[in-house]
Amino acid sequence: MRKKITEFIIEKIIILCGVISIVFVALIFFFLLKEGLSLFTTYPAGKFILGSHWYPVSEPPKFGIISLIAGSLWVTLGAIIISVPIGIASAIYISEIAPRKVRDILKSGIEMLAAIPSVVIGFVGITTLVPLVKNVFGLPTGLTALSGSVMLAFMAVPTIVSIAEDAFYSIPKRYKEAALALGATHWQTIWRVLIRAAFPGIVAASMLGIGRVIGETMAVMMITGNMARIPHSFFDPVRTLTATIAAEMGETVRGSDHYFALFAIGIVLFIITFLINLIADIYINKELK
Amino acid sequence: MNETLDTSTTPPAAVKETLLKQILNPRIVQKGAFFLLLLATLLVIVPVGMIVVIIVAKGAPAISWEFLSAMPSRGMRAGGIFPAIIGSIYLVGATIVFAIPVGVFSAIYLVEYAGNTLLTRMVKLAIINLAGVPSIVYGLFGLGLFVIFLGFGPSILAGALTLAIMILPIIITTSKEALDAVPKSFREASLALGASKWQTIRHVVLPNALPGILTGIILGISRAAGETAPILFTVAAFYLPRLPTSVFDQVMVLPYHLFVVSTQIPNIEQSYTYGTALVLVGMVLVTNLAAILLRSKYRKKL
Repeated sequence: MRKKITEFIIEKIIILCGVISIVFVALIFFFLLKEGLSLFTTYPAGKFILGSHWYPVSEPPKFGIISLIAGSLWVTLGAIIISVPIGIASAIYISEIAPRKVRDILKSGIEMLAAIPSVVIGFVGITTLVPLVKNVFGLPTGLTALSGSVMLAFMAVPTIVSIAEDAFYSIPKRYKEAALALGATHWQTIWRVLIRAAFPGIVAASMLGIGRVIGETMAVMMITGNMARIPHSFFDPVRTLTATIAAEMGETVRGSDHYFALFAIGIVLFIITFLINLIADIYINKELK
Repeated sequence: MNETLDTSTTPPAAVKETLLKQILNPRIVQKGAFFLLLLATLLVIVPVGMIVVIIVAKGAPAISWEFLSAMPSRGMRAGGIFPAIIGSIYLVGATIVFAIPVGVFSAIYLVEYAGNTLLTRMVKLAIINLAGVPSIVYGLFGLGLFVIFLGFGPSILAGALTLAIMILPIIITTSKEALDAVPKSFREASLALGASKWQTIRHVVLPNALPGILTGIILGISRAAGETAPILFTVAAFYLPRLPTSVFDQVMVLPYHLFVVSTQIPNIEQSYTYGTALVLVGMVLVTNLAAILLRSKYRKKL
């Protein structure tokens, strides 16, 4: 009898833990809303979303996030232009062309890249890439959107490779066999058949890569120069949404408008990444069908 | 042979055509394409190697017993990084204590209990979402809930709970994979012998899935050890040259310490920052390597 009671309790605990992820997502959203929405009791939401000046400590303060969104967009765009083609190409090489032993080495290498902490990527960026960008392009500072994009591309690649690779593995073997039997070369098969079959997976991989880049904080904060201004080229310093929170939260007074504004940026980030993940999830499920 | 003869006597336009044909020869195209793919892969792998080599080469000279075991001195420009190492170990330890039971039970629920219901789909979407939430947003959440609302203040407890929620998706998805890989026949045999569902899970399913679950836990440890953004406002101390005495203390943590010494302290010796980076990367990559080895060994067995 006692055994039955313990089992009953354990099963309840399991069910509780099972649904706890939903609770956490709800809690995260709730606490962001609770603090973030307080801003709009004193500061109009329209000026927050459409304002282009972020002067949190001027008098009166201005909390327009357009320049921060622009910063995030530039850095993300650059990182994606670099990382998507390279990531997809690596995924094809690893899943289709590399011999088995080489494949294992390459995969471990990419996993290692995924494991390097973002603060280390930022540190390496400061010491190697930033001076390089400054000298090569003759800029006053190497802390630019371009430097951020290059380092972030590295961080997005492992995500893109692993999801795209899964997509290539899950293509039914008969597609490939049919193309080869028709006399297509291996490359023609990859180019005309496999890439099309894996397309939903490739989209999902790119979306998750974008999500990774938009949410990245430490490396961006260290190498993009932190200027809350609308950038006009990749050679301008920028400040992203994430870096703004990380750089300024430590100096705010709890309960001040500035503090609430940083939580409001958190809401924006949460919604952006939620949508990106949702789209990626839809494409991954498409692939299964 | 014929073709070379042809080209010498035919007009230029035809020459171009044959040349074009040769270039567009599917086998040559294939060679070119494969070369480009290899190049792209090397473009990823070579810098990874370079990053590791640079950090080891420039950081190794700084590593000494004093560096690892002494308190920082002269405004963190000299001395050691002992409190940051200990702080990281305490923090990751506490994180794991929270994350393991919840993560593993959650995976058990998804594999053994959940049906194909709306609730299950919502749980899965929630897990995907947790994995996608930016790390700085975890920091905000930890600040809002643990530090302020629950009144823990910036502390090991608040930081560990924040990190635990962040690594939950890693532990759940790898544990789930491991549980899924246990053959159905194992469960049926156990149930047929009269064991209850929980007994079956406890004595048959879990032992078989253990290596896979351990892999997930180690990956979670490595992620928690390297993250900076979630601990910025929940636990990390800028400079605190003593060891914590309770879970309500703030600590110095390695990744944040690297951030501080590489951006906030002017005129610092490069070997000191590289040494800090080396210790951090070493810790993270060694745990990660352990997970990779464990998994490959386990996959071979299956």
